[in-house]
Amino acid sequence: MLDQVFSALGVLMSTEHLLHLLIGVGVGIIVGILPGLGGTAGMALLLPFVFGMDPSSALATMIGLLAVLATADTFTSVLMGIPGSAGSQATVMDGFPLARAGRARQALSAAFAASLIGGLLGALALSGFVQIARPLVLMFGAPELLMLTVFGLSMVGVLSGGNWLRGLAACGLGLLLGNIGPAPATGHMRLTFDSIYLSSGLPLVVLALGLFALPEIVDLLSRRSAIAERAAPLGTGWLTGVRDTLRHWGLVLRSAMIGCIVGAIPGLGGAVVDWIAYGTAVQSARDKSRFGKGDIRGVIAPEAANNAKEGGALVPTLIFGIPGSGGTAVLLGGLVLIGIQPGPRMVTQDIDIVYLIIWSLALANVIGAAVCIGITPLVSRVTEIRYAILAPAMIGIVMFGAFQATRNWGDLIAVLAIGAAAFVFKRMGWPRPPLLIGFVLAGGAEVYLYQSVQLYGMDWLGRPIVMILIALTAVSVFFGARSKVSTEADAGAEETATIPGRVPQTILTATVAAIGLLAIVDAWSIPWISRLFPFVIGGAVIAFCGLSLLVDWIRPAPGTPSKPAFSLINLRHFAWIAGLLPLTAVAGFLPAIFLFSVAFLLIEGRLRILAASAIALAIVAVLWTLGYALTIRFPTGLLDFMP
Amino acid sequence: MTGMLKTLRTSAQWTASLAVAAALTAVTALPARAADFAGQTIEIIVPASEGGGTDFWGRFYVPVLQTYLPGNPTVVVRNMGGGGHTIGGNFFANNAEPDGMMLLASSGTGHFNYLLGDSRVQYEFKDMVSIAGSPVGGVMYVAGDLGASGPEDIAALEGATLRYGSQGPTSQDLLSFYALEQIGIMAQPIFGMGGRSDARLAFERGDLNIDYQSTFSYLDNVQPMVESGDAVPIFTFGVLNDDGELGRDPAFPDIPHYGEVYEQVNGEPMSGQVEEVYMSFFTAGFGAQKLLSMPASTPADIVDTYNEAMLAAKADPAFQERRAEVLGPYPQFMGPAAERMKQIATSVSPEAKAAVAEWLAERFDATVN
Repeated sequence: MLDQVFSALGVLMSTEHLLHLLIGVGVGIIVGILPGLGGTAGMALLLPFVFGMDPSSALATMIGLLAVLATADTFTSVLMGIPGSAGSQATVMDGFPLARAGRARQALSAAFAASLIGGLLGALALSGFVQIARPLVLMFGAPELLMLTVFGLSMVGVLSGGNWLRGLAACGLGLLLGNIGPAPATGHMRLTFDSIYLSSGLPLVVLALGLFALPEIVDLLSRRSAIAERAAPLGTGWLTGVRDTLRHWGLVLRSAMIGCIVGAIPGLGGAVVDWIAYGTAVQSARDKSRFGKGDIRGVIAPEAANNAKEGGALVPTLIFGIPGSGGTAVLLGGLVLIGIQPGPRMVTQDIDIVYLIIWSLALANVIGAAVCIGITPLVSRVTEIRYAILAPAMIGIVMFGAFQATRNWGDLIAVLAIGAAAFVFKRMGWPRPPLLIGFVLAGGAEVYLYQSVQLYGMDWLGRPIVMILIALTAVSVFFGARSKVSTEADAGAEETATIPGRVPQTILTATVAAIGLLAIVDAWSIPWISRLFPFVIGGAVIAFCGLSLLVDWIRPAPGTPSKPAFSLINLRHFAWIAGLLPLTAVAGFLPAIFLFSVAFLLIEGRLRILAASAIALAIVAVLWTLGYALTIRFPTGLLDFMP
Repeated sequence: MTGMLKTLRTSAQWTASLAVAAALTAVTALPARAADFAGQTIEIIVPASEGGGTDFWGRFYVPVLQTYLPGNPTVVVRNMGGGGHTIGGNFFANNAEPDGMMLLASSGTGHFNYLLGDSRVQYEFKDMVSIAGSPVGGVMYVAGDLGASGPEDIAALEGATLRYGSQGPTSQDLLSFYALEQIGIMAQPIFGMGGRSDARLAFERGDLNIDYQSTFSYLDNVQPMVESGDAVPIFTFGVLNDDGELGRDPAFPDIPHYGEVYEQVNGEPMSGQVEEVYMSFFTAGFGAQKLLSMPASTPADIVDTYNEAMLAAKADPAFQERRAEVLGPYPQFMGPAAERMKQIATSVSPEAKAAVAEWLAERFDATVN
């Protein structure tokens, strides 16, 4: 066994292998930085080359890519408030406020250091665990997965911004949105309204971009400043960030452990691991007052977890041939392509390949983190650019990322619709993270409950791991109930904080309740097994909204609104973004982005036409190059496909 | 005066901007058509996202087309996932010209949705022209502790509760449920599986005791369980020869195919509606699980050009070697043979379709959308 470890090390250090690892890391960093692009897009870029490579080089390239995705996705999360991938949504919560306080470098380097340590711990766990993991992974059946899902949902408590009724209603709304598409048991369509686009469910990328990125863009535009509202305070350089991470080594260790475990259990999906790490970081912190306003721990926890996840996710990928995350799902296909068949024999016959993978993963993590820290001083300067100039690029990136989801018009329409709704949520003090958690866990919640009952009746409650998880959930709910995270607060933005009036709040609450009712009506005539979930969740949403209204009415008036929640300025900025759709329908996607950017930079950015055209051309050039590399056909002038 | 000049300059720059926009429109526009493929870009529509089986299969044929088509065209893959493969299929149906410049790489999911008459389907698969096809094998197996020692011992399963993990009654599992029912096994469906690998994991955990896996997955993950006695194969779904007859799977020459087991249990070979339903759905899901097709009215000379290219590829040992590495031990259906497979896959009569729909509703409360 030891000589296999070292022979793998020999291959690892060969120039050939290192070179290909670097290629993978390079592609991974580019793909990771761009929101909406993940492992799938990265592999699509690499596939033409992987087809011709020898297995060891192909392996190096793929692992290099996989390892750094979760590192590089932090850039947009921190710098722009745009989730770089499903794994770094929670990073936005504190990372972006830090950037707005001028501390982007500190936040980024803390995140990269945490990513590095998390990634190394993930690789370590993989090497120690891979030989004995089989029975442990097999202990997690439907009941255990169900309880893990419930544990994930219990994070809603701490992420509700102190208003847990609205948090629960938002979570229920997320669960209903996650319900869109065919019911798992009978195939009846739910909440699709005969739209083909919705018939395979709402893509996570579209929801995440709409939920977090668009409202932030609209909000920032009305402030007419750079993202960083003040110059970087002293002592907030990259070294401070690394020191922050080392100082919170306990948090790093625990978050990495959460990442490994969630990654190693196939069936939960990696998209919720950052929220669980973030939630537990809040629950266990003594001073919670800064969370949501720019607490460095809020960056460290999810980043350590999402890199460790990839190591953990390789466990089921290699020994069962079952991927533990989106990235490993693609890797699995790639492995088969180069003649490596993951499965039980992998850890007996091909253990040298396993160690090669582990070493590559560790090395790629180190290189990736080093590169990211290296380019941080340069990249973080985007926060100093006047926002009205930066905005067209960000809007272009968001629309491009959303369009990556299924490459349909529906993606563009959905991201705008969700963005509009999310902006209302943001302004009315409704927490958005619970909605996302509900969405991510909706499938598991329904399916695992159904399977648990089908397979075990009510006995599933008595299984040992289930009981442990119930206890953990109870603890989580207890701590969650005691903590308040101002998830909707913006650092340095107190002056624009608004207290929405009673009438708009009532209208919004009633609207959410109406969606709950809609879900019930929609599922009215389908078989009970497919009806149960929308009925229960829809009912719960109505109940939470009702209670919330009751509380609003009983509580003394919150005082007159200091300032209306919405202004014409916001509407104008939103109209800009929405205008992209008809423009795309007429001119096609890239020309539309170009014209939009020129117009926006002229009118909102007050630039001269030459500068505006140059910037617009640069934006389009980047998108075109990406589109070319990914063989994307952008929407052409004619509406070639309507959902 | 200066104001006037400024306006003039600005409008000139505006014109320049518009020219750039127009140029960009040209970049994204469709390439010109011609009978020769030299310098052309052929597009393969993959109605699934990157990284899945259909995507890999489509990409496998990129270098094949580039090498063997006259003029060595550029071939690109365009992924359009969603809607149970119907979004990509519909896009193809609505946009592909009969000029050989756009192909559809379809797979079992899209074939089934077409066969079942899913309302999302806007493509007439029956009328398309298929030029290449790949089979996939599948082995049905049960848990070792049920007492059956092999295919000849299927009677030992009588009375046992057999739990089968399914992605849904209208997925490819339809064929499993249907085939099992015809040999007297009423498997209890456990729905909500994310895919075949989920079901296999649940089988390994002991939650399920009947399952099928496709060839690669069976060899890598189930064979060890068979060796340790934890799993027992009961039949393969079989393969089709070039004439479209069901035969033993070359990857599992010792395991009888479904037709044999059916005859063993029922005392007579499959016939009538059972045969029609099995052969059609089997071909759509296994026998020709992947198909590369062109639009219905593609002129004969273009179809012939493609067919010649595919047959040339088939005769090339280099292709055969790559094929064995990536697609497994099965012969590919190239040229006219692929078209024959597509005809079998779409041969099910309206009466048999109606019978399947009724059976789905009765047994699973399920509906075809």
